[in-house]
Amino acid sequence: MTDYSLTTSPSLKRRHAKETRFKWYGRTAILIAISFLVFMFSAIIFRGMGAFQQTKIGLEVTFTAQVIDAAGTRDPQVLAQANYKPILTAALAKTFPNVTSRNDKKRLYKLLSSGAVFEMGKQISSNPSLIGTTQTIWLPASSEVDLFMKGKIDASLDESLRRLSDQDIAYIETLQKNGLIKKKFNTAFFTKGDSREPEMAGILGAALGSFFSLLVCFAIAFPLGIMTAVYLEEYARKSKLTDLIEININNLAAVPSIVFGLLGLSIFLGVFHIPRSTPLVGGMVLALMTLPTIIIAARASLRSVPYTIREAAYGLGASKTQATFHHVVPLAMPGMLTGTILGMAQALGETAPLLMIGMVAFIVDIPHGVTDAATSLPVQIFLWADSPEKGFVERTSAAIIVLLAFLVLMNLLAVFLRRKLERRW
Amino acid sequence: MGQPVDLKLRHARRSTKIKELAIQSLLIASSLVAILTTIGIVASLAFEAFRFFQKIPLTDFLFGLEWSPQTAIREDQVGSSGAFGVIPLLTGTLLISFIAMLVATPLGLLSAVYLAEYAKPKTRAIVKPLLELLAGIPTVVYGFFAALVVAPIIRATGSGMGFEISSESALAAGLVMGIMLVPFISSLSDDVINAVPQALRDASLGMGATPAETITKVVLPAATPGIMGSLLLAISRAIGETMIVVMAAGLAAKLSLNPLEAVTTMTVQIVTLLTGDQEFDSAKTLAAFAIALFLFILTLCLNVIALKIVDKYKKQYD
Repeated sequence: MTDYSLTTSPSLKRRHAKETRFKWYGRTAILIAISFLVFMFSAIIFRGMGAFQQTKIGLEVTFTAQVIDAAGTRDPQVLAQANYKPILTAALAKTFPNVTSRNDKKRLYKLLSSGAVFEMGKQISSNPSLIGTTQTIWLPASSEVDLFMKGKIDASLDESLRRLSDQDIAYIETLQKNGLIKKKFNTAFFTKGDSREPEMAGILGAALGSFFSLLVCFAIAFPLGIMTAVYLEEYARKSKLTDLIEININNLAAVPSIVFGLLGLSIFLGVFHIPRSTPLVGGMVLALMTLPTIIIAARASLRSVPYTIREAAYGLGASKTQATFHHVVPLAMPGMLTGTILGMAQALGETAPLLMIGMVAFIVDIPHGVTDAATSLPVQIFLWADSPEKGFVERTSAAIIVLLAFLVLMNLLAVFLRRKLERRW
Repeated sequence: MGQPVDLKLRHARRSTKIKELAIQSLLIASSLVAILTTIGIVASLAFEAFRFFQKIPLTDFLFGLEWSPQTAIREDQVGSSGAFGVIPLLTGTLLISFIAMLVATPLGLLSAVYLAEYAKPKTRAIVKPLLELLAGIPTVVYGFFAALVVAPIIRATGSGMGFEISSESALAAGLVMGIMLVPFISSLSDDVINAVPQALRDASLGMGATPAETITKVVLPAATPGIMGSLLLAISRAIGETMIVVMAAGLAAKLSLNPLEAVTTMTVQIVTLLTGDQEFDSAKTLAAFAIALFLFILTLCLNVIALKIVDKYKKQYD
């Protein structure tokens, strides 16, 4: 007799094994995607955390009045631009009394960042009473010293293969013994603009550039997006025109972002002559890009407001406009805002179109308005990633961490708005 | 004394009407911005591309096998008129997109199937946003990661196996882009799979098929058009993607299908031609617009087809 019992049928066993395998394919796919995410985040965080600290060298500096401000004007301009190099060399000579040869002195001076003199100028001009006194101040070390202190230069390598000589390392060790070299919180990274020197480079300029661009983007895209959505959902009857508008919106959402950059280049810059490299033109391009996202979200939000709200308004004698703008739009607002924030987050991460309109220049000054030349956070990341200086690797990663932090904040805000304010009908 | 009530009312009504009309026209005007943007894109690209084609014949552009956009600095210079054949750029773009789709298609589809058919609501609530996070990360971050981490790993693995892999390779850019595309495929396919009527599944399960058999033999075939649509949209993304390839794929325009070599893409060339010093009106600058027009038409076709397929499919089960 043939055994038909299910448990022993070889073909069923095979089919069940297939079932289990199939499930595992799905799990594996998800696992691969998510572990890539984790791997990427941890690689970037691991590389970037170092940039939040900067090696500083403590020097006992005598601010000789003759050198800084011989005329005694105490004019902040003069104080900021005075020649601080002799003062620094004197301070270094005091710390290293045994170093006498000119070459060694030069070498010693190179341990400090080339921005150290500007740092001193800034301190003195903001506090002129320091002139004539002797203070211990902490000045940024050069990028190579910084990398060495963070363990990123291998001292066991042959001298010719590393950027610091044995002599340099000996100096650093002396400083370490005297407690005059320390890693401190890197305030420059958050308060300065771009620089050719990694140790002096900061993201404030780029962050403000992003901020101003988003401001312009919001000011244009939010009203336009909502008005379009209101028109399509509340006013327009289905017609050829509305069909055309809808097709356009759907297609614009899928146009490569770089094409928007070319639109900005030839129309905004070429025809309207809006100043190049400014957050104004950047924001306009980003606005056109985020418009579809905002319109689609706003329409969904308007659609979710029940028709009874409109009927109640009409019943009380409200006109179409009154019903729409006094009742429907306010009720749909949380959903519209959520969509707008998500669109803004997308705009914040956008790089390619901004490259086309010249926001990719090397800009040291921190922008003060929408018409000052600026870069943006992602463009700054791109510029630093391209830089050959090794010190920029960790700064690029740190800038990415900051960018991602902003994106997370915006997304959390959107989630919060959705949870707290959105009504379920 | 005063106006009759009737007249007052009529007056008020008329002013309301004017206000309504004004608001309505404002709304229409803002809706037209979307159309204006499209017109602006097409007009600006076409205008500059037209000027380009006055200098370089269209056939040289479309069928040329060589790309080296060096133009002469002096009029009488020899041998530097530049070659503007788009084919090497197209093969580079398609090669990278192909690698990306090779990664993204299985990962995206299998994730979508698992999430739609097997995952418990709780798992779904955690995994879906995590996958969508991949779509929210700026592409410049992917580019940095591809150039700094993935490319050296590939290179080290390659030299361990005896391959010579350049530091910028189509493989690195394609792999990372593939991961970026996973959420585009998985969320759209997830929607599509969910839209397959439960009755089809019940019938198949009732006939004794296992869930896996039901999925592969009933659900997926039924969802195929929608899935194709999502794949087409992903391809269009891959073709238009800029930052990952700018940072990880390289600049050398070689007519090569070797994924271990550095290849260049259309978007990379647009960026290189238009950043840095540019003389306006030179064929070099205008070439960027011609490539962009080509890119725009290519992605537009893909999108239109994809949206049509998805739309038609949606109606099928409504």
